[in-house]
Amino acid sequence: MAADLPPPYTALTRHEMMPRTTHDEAARFNFLTAFNRYLSGDIGRGNKLAYEKRVLPAIREELGRDPQHRYEIRDAMNRDSWHRMWSALKRNSMEMRQHFGRQVVLRQIDELSAMARQYNEHSGMLELDPAIEQPHYQTAVDIHCQPGGYHGGEHEGDVTVGANYDVGLFATTGGALGGLNDGGGQAVVEWAKKERPDWQPRRILDIGATVGHNAVPIALAYPDAEVIAIDTAAASLRYGAARAAAMGVKNIRFIQASGEDLSRWADGHFDWVQTTMFLHELSSKAMPRLLAEAHRVLTPGGLIFHIEQPQYSDEMPLFEQFMRDWDAFNNNEPFWSAMHGQDLEQVMEDAGFPRERQFVAGVRAVVDPEIFPPSPDDGEEDYGRAAIWNAYGAWKPEAEKAAAA
Amino acid sequence: MSDDFDWVAASGRRAKGRRPDYFEDPALDRLYSVVFALAADVSALRERQDTLERLLDEKGTVSRADIESYEPDRKAGRERALATRAFVNRIMRGFQQTVEAMEADDPPIMDWVEKLSKE
Repeated sequence: MAADLPPPYTALTRHEMMPRTTHDEAARFNFLTAFNRYLSGDIGRGNKLAYEKRVLPAIREELGRDPQHRYEIRDAMNRDSWHRMWSALKRNSMEMRQHFGRQVVLRQIDELSAMARQYNEHSGMLELDPAIEQPHYQTAVDIHCQPGGYHGGEHEGDVTVGANYDVGLFATTGGALGGLNDGGGQAVVEWAKKERPDWQPRRILDIGATVGHNAVPIALAYPDAEVIAIDTAAASLRYGAARAAAMGVKNIRFIQASGEDLSRWADGHFDWVQTTMFLHELSSKAMPRLLAEAHRVLTPGGLIFHIEQPQYSDEMPLFEQFMRDWDAFNNNEPFWSAMHGQDLEQVMEDAGFPRERQFVAGVRAVVDPEIFPPSPDDGEEDYGRAAIWNAYGAWKPEAEKAAAA
Repeated sequence: MSDDFDWVAASGRRAKGRRPDYFEDPALDRLYSVVFALAADVSALRERQDTLERLLDEKGTVSRADIESYEPDRKAGRERALATRAFVNRIMRGFQQTVEAMEADDPPIMDWVEKLSKE
Protein backbone atom coordinates (compact mmCIF):
# COMPACT_ATOMS: atom_id res chain seq x y z
CA MET A 1 0.00 0.00 0.00
CA ALA A 2 2.73 2.46 1.03
CA ALA A 3 4.51 1.88 -2.26
CA ASP A 4 1.55 3.44 -4.04
CA LEU A 5 1.97 6.79 -2.31
CA PRO A 6 3.89 9.52 -4.10
CA PRO A 7 6.84 11.14 -2.32
CA PRO A 8 6.33 14.60 -0.81
CA TYR A 9 7.05 17.57 -3.03
CA THR A 10 10.00 18.42 -0.80
CA ALA A 11 11.76 15.25 -2.03
CA LEU A 12 12.47 17.06 -5.33
CA THR A 13 16.13 17.96 -5.75
CA ARG A 14 16.60 21.62 -4.92
CA HIS A 15 19.17 23.02 -7.32
CA GLU A 16 19.91 26.74 -7.05
CA MET A 17 17.48 27.77 -9.83
CA MET A 18 14.58 25.80 -8.39
CA PRO A 19 12.04 28.31 -7.04
CA ARG A 20 11.73 28.15 -3.27
CA THR A 21 8.42 26.88 -1.90
CA THR A 22 6.82 27.67 1.44
CA HIS A 23 5.34 24.97 3.61
CA ASP A 24 1.82 25.51 2.23
CA GLU A 25 2.90 25.84 -1.41
CA ALA A 26 4.59 22.46 -1.20
CA ALA A 27 1.49 21.11 0.55
CA ARG A 28 -0.74 22.30 -2.33
CA PHE A 29 1.44 20.40 -4.81
CA ASN A 30 1.12 17.37 -2.55
CA PHE A 31 -2.66 17.72 -2.76
CA LEU A 32 -2.58 17.96 -6.56
CA THR A 33 -0.29 14.95 -6.86
CA ALA A 34 -2.69 12.89 -4.78
CA PHE A 35 -5.68 14.35 -6.64
CA ASN A 36 -4.22 13.49 -10.06
CA ARG A 37 -3.45 9.94 -9.03
CA TYR A 38 -6.98 9.65 -7.69
CA LEU A 39 -8.53 11.00 -10.90
CA SER A 40 -6.62 8.65 -13.19
CA GLY A 41 -6.52 5.63 -10.89
CA ASP A 42 -9.42 5.51 -8.45
CA ILE A 43 -12.13 7.10 -10.57
CA GLY A 44 -10.62 7.09 -14.07
CA ARG A 45 -12.30 3.79 -14.81
CA GLY A 46 -15.66 5.53 -14.50
CA ASN A 47 -15.14 6.76 -18.06
CA LYS A 48 -14.95 3.26 -19.46
CA LEU A 49 -17.90 2.17 -17.36
CA ALA A 50 -19.98 5.09 -18.60
CA TYR A 51 -18.98 4.22 -22.15
CA GLU A 52 -19.79 0.55 -21.94
CA LYS A 53 -22.98 0.86 -19.90
CA ARG A 54 -24.57 3.98 -21.36
CA VAL A 55 -22.77 5.63 -24.21
CA LEU A 56 -22.00 2.70 -26.52
CA PRO A 57 -25.59 1.33 -26.33
CA ALA A 58 -26.88 4.84 -27.08
CA ILE A 59 -24.58 5.15 -30.11
CA ARG A 60 -25.74 1.76 -31.40
CA GLU A 61 -29.33 2.81 -30.87
CA GLU A 62 -28.84 6.10 -32.66
CA LEU A 63 -26.60 5.01 -35.55
CA GLY A 64 -27.56 1.37 -35.87
CA ARG A 65 -23.87 0.43 -35.77
CA ASP A 66 -20.70 0.69 -33.66
CA PRO A 67 -18.70 3.92 -33.68
CA GLN A 68 -16.16 4.11 -36.51
CA HIS A 69 -13.99 6.97 -35.29
CA ARG A 70 -12.75 8.27 -31.94
CA TYR A 71 -14.52 11.58 -32.65
CA GLU A 72 -17.90 9.79 -32.69
CA ILE A 73 -17.12 8.49 -29.20
CA ARG A 74 -15.99 11.95 -28.13
CA ASP A 75 -19.25 13.59 -29.23
CA ALA A 76 -21.27 10.98 -27.36
CA MET A 77 -19.09 10.95 -24.22
CA ASN A 78 -19.24 14.75 -24.03
CA ARG A 79 -22.98 14.35 -23.45
CA ASP A 80 -22.44 11.83 -20.64
CA SER A 81 -22.82 13.18 -17.10
CA TRP A 82 -19.96 11.18 -15.62
CA HIS A 83 -17.45 12.08 -18.31
CA ARG A 84 -18.41 15.73 -17.98
CA MET A 85 -17.82 15.67 -14.24
CA TRP A 86 -14.54 13.79 -14.57
CA SER A 87 -13.37 16.18 -17.27
CA ALA A 88 -14.31 19.17 -15.14
CA LEU A 89 -12.25 17.73 -12.27
CA LYS A 90 -9.28 16.99 -14.53
CA ARG A 91 -9.40 20.40 -16.16
CA ASN A 92 -9.58 22.10 -12.77
CA SER A 93 -6.61 20.07 -11.59
CA MET A 94 -4.62 21.32 -14.61
CA GLU A 95 -5.69 24.91 -13.98
CA MET A 96 -4.88 24.72 -10.27
CA ARG A 97 -1.47 23.27 -11.08
CA GLN A 98 -0.75 26.37 -13.20
CA HIS A 99 -2.20 28.80 -10.66
CA PHE A 100 -0.35 27.30 -7.70
CA GLY A 101 2.92 27.11 -9.65
CA ARG A 102 2.59 30.69 -10.82
CA GLN A 103 1.99 31.92 -7.27
CA VAL A 104 5.27 30.23 -6.32
CA VAL A 105 7.36 31.65 -9.16
CA LEU A 106 5.79 35.09 -9.61
CA ARG A 107 6.19 36.11 -5.98
CA GLN A 108 9.95 35.55 -6.40
CA ILE A 109 10.19 36.78 -9.98
CA ASP A 110 12.92 39.33 -9.27
CA GLU A 111 15.18 36.84 -7.47
CA LEU A 112 14.71 34.23 -10.22
CA SER A 113 15.41 36.72 -13.02
CA ALA A 114 18.53 38.02 -11.29
CA MET A 115 19.88 34.57 -10.56
CA ALA A 116 19.23 33.33 -14.10
CA ARG A 117 20.95 36.42 -15.53
CA GLN A 118 23.96 35.82 -13.33
CA TYR A 119 24.28 32.14 -14.21
CA ASN A 120 23.76 32.77 -17.91
CA GLU A 121 26.28 35.62 -18.10
CA HIS A 122 28.96 33.52 -16.46
CA SER A 123 28.34 30.11 -18.01
CA GLY A 124 28.22 31.16 -21.67
CA MET A 125 25.81 28.26 -22.18
CA LEU A 126 22.91 30.39 -23.48
CA GLU A 127 22.64 31.78 -26.98
CA LEU A 128 19.46 33.66 -27.85
CA ASP A 129 18.44 34.85 -31.29
CA PRO A 130 15.71 37.52 -31.28
CA ALA A 131 15.15 36.85 -34.99
CA ILE A 132 13.63 33.45 -34.17
CA GLU A 133 9.86 33.69 -34.31
CA GLN A 134 7.59 31.61 -32.13
CA PRO A 135 5.68 29.32 -34.55
CA HIS A 136 1.96 30.06 -34.69
CA TYR A 137 1.14 26.44 -33.80
CA GLN A 138 2.79 27.18 -30.45
CA THR A 139 0.98 30.48 -29.87
CA ALA A 140 -2.58 29.84 -31.12
CA VAL A 141 -3.42 28.58 -27.63
CA ASP A 142 -1.31 28.39 -24.46
CA ILE A 143 0.00 24.81 -24.57
CA HIS A 144 -0.88 22.73 -21.47
CA CYS A 145 -3.05 25.64 -20.26
CA GLN A 146 0.11 27.38 -19.01
CA PRO A 147 -0.59 31.11 -19.18
CA GLY A 148 2.06 32.53 -21.52
CA GLY A 149 2.79 29.09 -22.97
CA TYR A 150 6.49 28.23 -22.95
CA HIS A 151 7.54 31.51 -24.54
CA GLY A 152 5.70 34.26 -22.61
CA GLY A 153 6.60 36.18 -19.51
CA GLU A 154 5.93 39.19 -17.37
CA HIS A 155 8.91 41.25 -18.51
CA GLU A 156 11.93 41.22 -20.80
CA GLY A 157 14.33 38.49 -19.73
CA ASP A 158 11.71 36.69 -17.64
CA VAL A 159 12.26 33.02 -16.74
CA THR A 160 9.04 32.32 -14.89
CA VAL A 161 7.26 30.14 -17.47
CA GLY A 162 10.29 27.81 -17.48
CA ALA A 163 10.41 27.88 -13.70
CA ASN A 164 6.69 27.20 -13.44
CA TYR A 165 7.02 24.23 -15.79
CA ASP A 166 9.80 22.84 -13.59
CA VAL A 167 8.01 23.28 -10.26
CA GLY A 168 4.72 21.80 -11.44
CA LEU A 169 5.76 18.73 -13.44
CA PHE A 170 5.86 16.85 -10.16
CA ALA A 171 2.14 17.36 -9.59
CA THR A 172 1.12 16.81 -13.22
CA THR A 173 2.88 13.47 -13.41
CA GLY A 174 1.89 12.31 -9.94
CA GLY A 175 5.50 12.47 -8.76
CA ALA A 176 6.62 9.89 -11.32
CA LEU A 177 9.50 11.70 -13.05
CA GLY A 178 12.09 11.68 -10.28
CA GLY A 179 13.87 14.28 -8.18
CA LEU A 180 14.92 16.40 -11.15
CA ASN A 181 11.82 15.73 -13.31
CA ASP A 182 14.28 14.02 -15.64
CA GLY A 183 12.91 10.47 -15.72
CA GLY A 184 12.34 10.80 -19.49
CA GLY A 185 15.94 11.76 -20.24
CA GLN A 186 17.19 9.08 -17.86
CA ALA A 187 15.07 6.54 -19.73
CA VAL A 188 16.68 7.57 -23.02
CA VAL A 189 20.16 7.18 -21.49
CA GLU A 190 19.33 3.76 -20.09
CA TRP A 191 18.08 2.61 -23.49
CA ALA A 192 21.14 3.94 -25.38
CA LYS A 193 23.67 2.51 -22.89
CA LYS A 194 22.01 -0.88 -23.10
CA GLU A 195 21.60 -0.83 -26.88
CA ARG A 196 25.14 0.35 -27.69
CA PRO A 197 27.31 0.09 -24.55
CA ASP A 198 30.47 1.29 -26.27
CA TRP A 199 28.92 4.12 -28.27
CA GLN A 200 30.52 7.51 -27.65
CA PRO A 201 28.52 10.13 -29.55
CA ARG A 202 30.49 13.36 -29.98
CA ARG A 203 27.68 15.77 -30.80
CA ILE A 204 24.07 15.46 -29.68
CA LEU A 205 21.13 17.70 -30.66
CA ASP A 206 17.97 17.89 -28.53
CA ILE A 207 15.10 19.60 -30.39
CA GLY A 208 12.24 21.21 -28.47
CA ALA A 209 14.27 21.08 -25.28
CA THR A 210 12.17 23.52 -23.16
CA VAL A 211 14.00 23.71 -19.80
CA GLY A 212 16.49 20.96 -20.70
CA HIS A 213 15.25 18.50 -18.09
CA ASN A 214 15.61 15.67 -20.61
CA ALA A 215 18.81 16.91 -22.30
CA VAL A 216 20.78 17.38 -19.07
CA PRO A 217 20.78 13.67 -18.10
CA ILE A 218 22.06 12.87 -21.61
CA ALA A 219 24.85 15.43 -21.22
CA LEU A 220 25.75 13.98 -17.81
CA ALA A 221 25.77 10.42 -19.15
CA TYR A 222 28.04 11.37 -22.07
CA PRO A 223 30.44 13.89 -20.48
CA ASP A 224 32.76 13.92 -23.52
CA ALA A 225 29.93 14.80 -25.88
CA GLU A 226 28.81 18.30 -26.77
CA VAL A 227 25.03 18.60 -26.29
CA ILE A 228 23.05 21.31 -28.07
CA ALA A 229 19.55 21.95 -26.69
CA ILE A 230 17.36 24.06 -28.97
CA ASP A 231 13.92 25.57 -28.62
CA THR A 232 12.12 28.53 -30.14
CA ALA A 233 11.06 29.79 -26.70
CA ALA A 234 13.66 32.10 -25.13
CA ALA A 235 11.78 32.16 -21.82
CA SER A 236 12.21 28.40 -21.42
CA LEU A 237 15.84 28.39 -22.59
CA ARG A 238 16.88 31.16 -20.17
CA TYR A 239 15.63 29.11 -17.26
CA GLY A 240 16.98 25.84 -18.70
CA ALA A 241 20.51 27.17 -19.26
CA ALA A 242 20.61 28.67 -15.77
CA ARG A 243 19.24 25.43 -14.30
CA ALA A 244 21.94 23.36 -16.05
CA ALA A 245 24.64 25.79 -14.91
CA ALA A 246 23.31 25.65 -11.35
CA MET A 247 23.62 21.87 -11.52
CA GLY A 248 27.24 22.17 -12.61
CA VAL A 249 26.71 20.77 -16.12
CA LYS A 250 29.39 22.01 -18.54
CA ASN A 251 28.93 20.18 -21.84
CA ILE A 252 25.56 21.59 -22.89
CA ARG A 253 24.52 24.76 -24.71
CA PHE A 254 21.01 26.17 -24.99
CA ILE A 255 20.42 27.82 -28.35
CA GLN A 256 17.29 29.59 -29.56
CA ALA A 257 16.56 27.96 -32.90
CA SER A 258 13.73 26.25 -34.73
CA GLY A 259 13.93 22.56 -35.52
CA GLU A 260 12.44 23.42 -38.91
CA ASP A 261 15.61 25.33 -39.88
CA LEU A 262 18.89 23.82 -38.71
CA SER A 263 20.87 25.60 -41.45
CA ARG A 264 23.49 26.85 -38.98
CA TRP A 265 24.70 23.25 -38.69
CA ALA A 266 26.44 21.41 -41.54
CA ASP A 267 25.29 18.14 -43.07
CA GLY A 268 26.18 15.20 -40.86
CA HIS A 269 27.18 17.41 -37.91
CA PHE A 270 25.47 15.41 -35.15
CA ASP A 271 25.84 11.76 -34.10
CA TRP A 272 22.48 11.78 -32.33
CA VAL A 273 19.33 13.85 -32.79
CA GLN A 274 16.78 13.58 -29.99
CA THR A 275 13.23 14.74 -29.24
CA THR A 276 11.39 13.95 -26.02
CA MET A 277 7.61 14.30 -25.96
CA PHE A 278 7.88 17.01 -28.58
CA LEU A 279 6.60 15.73 -31.94
CA HIS A 280 2.99 16.13 -30.82
CA GLU A 281 3.58 19.87 -30.34
CA LEU A 282 4.25 20.33 -34.08
CA SER A 283 1.83 21.04 -36.89
CA SER A 284 1.77 18.41 -39.61
CA LYS A 285 3.44 20.79 -42.04
CA ALA A 286 6.19 21.49 -39.54
CA MET A 287 6.90 17.88 -38.56
CA PRO A 288 8.17 16.67 -41.99
CA ARG A 289 10.32 19.80 -42.34
CA LEU A 290 11.82 19.16 -38.91
CA LEU A 291 12.44 15.48 -39.61
CA ALA A 292 14.06 16.27 -42.98
CA GLU A 293 16.37 18.77 -41.29
CA ALA A 294 17.14 16.24 -38.55
CA HIS A 295 18.04 13.73 -41.26
CA ARG A 296 20.34 16.21 -42.99
CA VAL A 297 22.34 17.18 -39.88
CA LEU A 298 22.64 13.54 -38.76
CA THR A 299 25.90 11.77 -39.59
CA PRO A 300 25.75 8.42 -41.47
CA GLY A 301 25.34 5.71 -38.85
CA GLY A 302 23.87 8.24 -36.41
CA LEU A 303 20.77 7.86 -34.25
CA ILE A 304 17.47 9.69 -34.41
CA PHE A 305 15.28 8.96 -31.38
CA HIS A 306 11.83 10.32 -30.55
CA ILE A 307 10.17 9.66 -27.21
CA GLU A 308 6.43 9.82 -27.80
CA GLN A 309 3.10 8.34 -26.89
CA PRO A 310 2.04 5.45 -29.13
CA GLN A 311 0.40 6.30 -32.43
CA TYR A 312 -3.23 5.47 -32.97
CA SER A 313 -3.59 2.35 -35.07
CA ASP A 314 -6.28 -0.09 -36.11
CA GLU A 315 -5.16 -2.33 -33.25
CA MET A 316 -5.76 0.37 -30.62
CA PRO A 317 -9.38 0.31 -29.40
CA LEU A 318 -11.34 3.43 -30.37
CA PHE A 319 -12.21 4.08 -26.73
CA GLU A 320 -8.51 4.23 -25.84
CA GLN A 321 -7.91 6.58 -28.78
CA PHE A 322 -10.72 8.81 -27.51
CA MET A 323 -9.24 8.89 -23.98
CA ARG A 324 -5.78 9.70 -25.33
CA ASP A 325 -7.34 12.56 -27.25
CA TRP A 326 -8.58 14.19 -24.05
CA ASP A 327 -5.60 16.54 -23.80
CA ALA A 328 -6.14 17.87 -27.34
CA PHE A 329 -9.53 19.29 -26.41
CA ASN A 330 -9.14 19.87 -22.67
CA ASN A 331 -5.49 20.70 -22.08
CA ASN A 332 -4.70 22.92 -25.06
CA GLU A 333 -2.75 20.37 -27.09
CA PRO A 334 -4.22 21.24 -30.50
CA PHE A 335 -1.99 19.02 -32.61
CA TRP A 336 -2.02 15.98 -30.30
CA SER A 337 -4.98 14.31 -31.98
CA ALA A 338 -3.82 14.80 -35.60
CA MET A 339 -0.20 13.89 -34.86
CA HIS A 340 -1.04 10.59 -33.20
CA GLY A 341 -3.29 9.76 -36.13
CA GLN A 342 -0.42 9.94 -38.61
CA ASP A 343 1.57 7.03 -39.98
CA LEU A 344 4.80 8.06 -38.29
CA GLU A 345 6.83 5.33 -39.98
CA GLN A 346 5.81 6.74 -43.35
CA VAL A 347 6.59 10.31 -42.26
CA MET A 348 10.02 9.12 -41.08
CA GLU A 349 10.58 7.28 -44.36
CA ASP A 350 9.64 10.37 -46.34
CA ALA A 351 12.20 12.30 -44.30
CA GLY A 352 14.94 9.92 -45.47
CA PHE A 353 14.99 7.15 -42.86
CA PRO A 354 14.46 3.82 -44.66
CA ARG A 355 11.85 1.62 -43.04
CA GLU A 356 14.32 -1.22 -42.45
CA ARG A 357 16.45 1.13 -40.31
CA GLN A 358 13.49 2.19 -38.17
CA PHE A 359 12.49 0.63 -34.86
CA VAL A 360 10.05 1.16 -32.01
CA ALA A 361 11.24 0.73 -28.41
CA GLY A 362 9.29 0.80 -25.17
CA VAL A 363 10.85 2.95 -22.46
CA ARG A 364 9.66 4.08 -19.06
CA ALA A 365 10.86 6.74 -16.66
CA VAL A 366 14.02 5.86 -14.75
CA VAL A 367 13.92 7.29 -11.24
CA ASP A 368 15.33 6.46 -7.83
CA PRO A 369 12.71 3.96 -6.59
CA GLU A 370 13.76 4.49 -2.96
CA ILE A 371 12.34 8.02 -3.12
CA PHE A 372 10.10 8.00 -6.17
CA PRO A 373 8.06 4.83 -6.38
CA PRO A 374 6.64 4.28 -9.85
CA SER A 375 3.15 5.61 -10.52
CA PRO A 376 0.47 3.07 -9.54
CA ASP A 377 -0.46 2.07 -13.06
CA ASP A 378 0.42 -1.63 -12.90
CA GLY A 379 2.24 -1.26 -16.17
CA GLU A 380 -0.82 0.29 -17.78
CA GLU A 381 -0.57 3.61 -19.52
CA ASP A 382 -2.70 6.42 -18.19
CA TYR A 383 -3.85 7.33 -21.69
CA GLY A 384 -0.80 9.44 -22.31
CA ARG A 385 -0.04 10.72 -18.82
CA ALA A 386 1.88 7.87 -17.18
CA ALA A 387 5.67 7.92 -17.38
CA ILE A 388 5.71 5.18 -20.00
CA TRP A 389 6.50 5.91 -23.62
CA ASN A 390 7.05 4.52 -27.07
CA ALA A 391 10.27 5.59 -28.71
CA TYR A 392 10.34 5.90 -32.49
CA GLY A 393 13.91 5.68 -33.71
CA ALA A 394 16.16 4.99 -36.69
CA TRP A 395 19.84 4.49 -37.36
CA LYS A 396 20.78 6.48 -40.46
CA PRO A 397 22.37 4.23 -43.10
CA GLU A 398 26.18 4.26 -42.96
CA ALA A 399 26.57 5.48 -46.53
CA GLU A 400 24.31 6.07 -49.47
CA LYS A 401 26.03 3.28 -51.46
CA ALA A 402 22.76 1.95 -52.79
CA ALA A 403 21.98 5.30 -54.39
CA ALA A 404 25.40 5.41 -56.10
CA ALA A 405 25.14 1.85 -57.46
CA MET B 1 10.01 43.14 -6.12
CA SER B 2 8.95 45.85 -8.51
CA ASP B 3 6.20 47.83 -6.79
CA ASP B 4 4.00 47.89 -9.86
CA PHE B 5 3.99 44.11 -10.34
CA ASP B 6 1.00 42.47 -8.69
CA TRP B 7 2.07 38.82 -8.52
CA VAL B 8 -1.17 37.64 -6.94
CA ALA B 9 -3.29 39.02 -9.77
CA ALA B 10 -0.80 37.84 -12.41
CA SER B 11 -0.66 34.30 -11.07
CA GLY B 12 -4.29 33.54 -11.82
CA ARG B 13 -4.34 34.73 -15.41
CA ARG B 14 -6.20 32.48 -17.81
CA ALA B 15 -4.47 30.45 -20.51
CA LYS B 16 -5.14 31.55 -24.10
CA GLY B 17 -7.62 29.17 -25.72
CA ARG B 18 -11.32 28.92 -24.93
CA ARG B 19 -12.20 26.73 -21.98
CA PRO B 20 -14.58 23.84 -22.73
CA ASP B 21 -17.99 24.00 -21.03
CA TYR B 22 -18.51 20.86 -18.99
CA PHE B 23 -22.01 21.53 -17.67
CA GLU B 24 -25.23 23.02 -19.06
CA ASP B 25 -25.19 25.58 -16.26
CA PRO B 26 -21.93 27.56 -16.13
CA ALA B 27 -22.50 28.04 -12.40
CA LEU B 28 -21.60 24.37 -11.90
CA ASP B 29 -18.27 24.84 -13.68
CA ARG B 30 -17.53 27.74 -11.37
CA LEU B 31 -18.62 25.82 -8.30
CA TYR B 32 -16.18 23.01 -9.13
CA SER B 33 -13.30 25.44 -9.41
CA VAL B 34 -14.05 26.92 -6.00
CA VAL B 35 -14.64 23.63 -4.24
CA PHE B 36 -11.40 22.02 -5.39
CA ALA B 37 -9.26 25.06 -4.74
CA LEU B 38 -10.74 25.02 -1.24
CA ALA B 39 -10.01 21.33 -0.97
CA ALA B 40 -6.36 21.99 -1.85
CA ASP B 41 -6.08 24.62 0.84
CA VAL B 42 -7.84 22.54 3.46
CA SER B 43 -5.38 19.78 2.63
CA ALA B 44 -2.50 22.25 2.99
CA LEU B 45 -3.91 23.37 6.35
CA ARG B 46 -3.99 19.78 7.56
CA GLU B 47 -0.36 19.38 6.57
CA ARG B 48 0.49 22.58 8.39
CA GLN B 49 -1.32 21.39 11.49
CA ASP B 50 0.59 18.14 11.27
CA THR B 51 3.86 20.02 10.97
CA LEU B 52 2.98 22.07 14.05
CA GLU B 53 2.11 18.99 16.06
CA ARG B 54 5.27 17.15 15.04
CA LEU B 55 7.46 20.12 15.89
CA LEU B 56 5.72 20.53 19.23
CA ASP B 57 6.38 16.86 19.94
CA GLU B 58 10.04 17.36 19.19
CA LYS B 59 10.74 20.79 20.54
CA GLY B 60 8.39 21.86 23.29
CA THR B 61 5.06 23.48 23.85
CA VAL B 62 2.75 26.23 22.78
CA SER B 63 -0.27 26.89 24.95
CA ARG B 64 -3.82 27.58 23.79
CA ALA B 65 -3.63 30.84 25.72
CA ASP B 66 -0.58 31.78 23.68
CA ILE B 67 -2.62 31.25 20.54
CA GLU B 68 -5.66 33.13 21.89
CA SER B 69 -3.63 36.15 22.89
CA TYR B 70 -1.36 36.21 19.85
CA GLU B 71 -1.31 39.57 18.06
CA PRO B 72 0.66 39.78 14.83
CA ASP B 73 3.02 42.72 14.59
CA ARG B 74 3.00 44.97 11.51
CA LYS B 75 5.24 42.65 9.48
CA ALA B 76 3.34 39.49 10.41
CA GLY B 77 0.06 41.30 9.76
CA ARG B 78 1.15 42.17 6.23
CA GLU B 79 2.35 38.62 5.56
CA ARG B 80 -0.99 37.24 6.68
CA ALA B 81 -2.96 39.78 4.65
CA LEU B 82 -1.00 38.82 1.53
CA ALA B 83 -1.51 35.12 2.21
CA THR B 84 -5.25 35.71 2.62
CA ARG B 85 -5.43 37.69 -0.61
CA ALA B 86 -3.57 34.93 -2.46
CA PHE B 87 -6.01 32.40 -0.97
CA VAL B 88 -9.06 34.35 -2.16
CA ASN B 89 -7.42 34.66 -5.55
CA ARG B 90 -7.00 30.89 -5.71
CA ILE B 91 -10.57 29.98 -4.87
CA MET B 92 -12.02 32.67 -7.15
CA ARG B 93 -9.86 31.79 -10.17
CA GLY B 94 -12.73 30.28 -12.15
CA PHE B 95 -14.85 33.43 -11.88
CA GLN B 96 -11.95 35.75 -12.62
CA GLN B 97 -10.95 33.76 -15.72
CA THR B 98 -14.57 33.75 -16.94
CA VAL B 99 -14.40 37.54 -16.97
CA GLU B 100 -11.10 37.43 -18.88
CA ALA B 101 -12.58 34.92 -21.32
CA MET B 102 -15.50 37.26 -22.03
CA GLU B 103 -12.96 39.95 -22.85
CA ALA B 104 -10.81 37.65 -24.99
CA ASP B 105 -13.68 36.15 -27.00
CA ASP B 106 -11.54 33.44 -28.64
CA PRO B 107 -13.11 30.77 -30.84
CA PRO B 108 -13.95 27.25 -29.57
CA ILE B 109 -10.83 25.10 -29.13
CA MET B 110 -12.29 22.70 -31.73
CA ASP B 111 -11.78 25.40 -34.38
CA TRP B 112 -8.06 25.51 -33.60
CA VAL B 113 -7.73 21.75 -33.50
CA GLU B 114 -9.41 21.47 -36.88
CA LYS B 115 -7.46 24.34 -38.41
CA LEU B 116 -4.05 23.19 -37.17
CA SER B 117 -4.82 19.55 -37.90
CA LYS B 118 -5.22 20.37 -41.57
CA GLU B 119 -1.83 22.02 -41.86
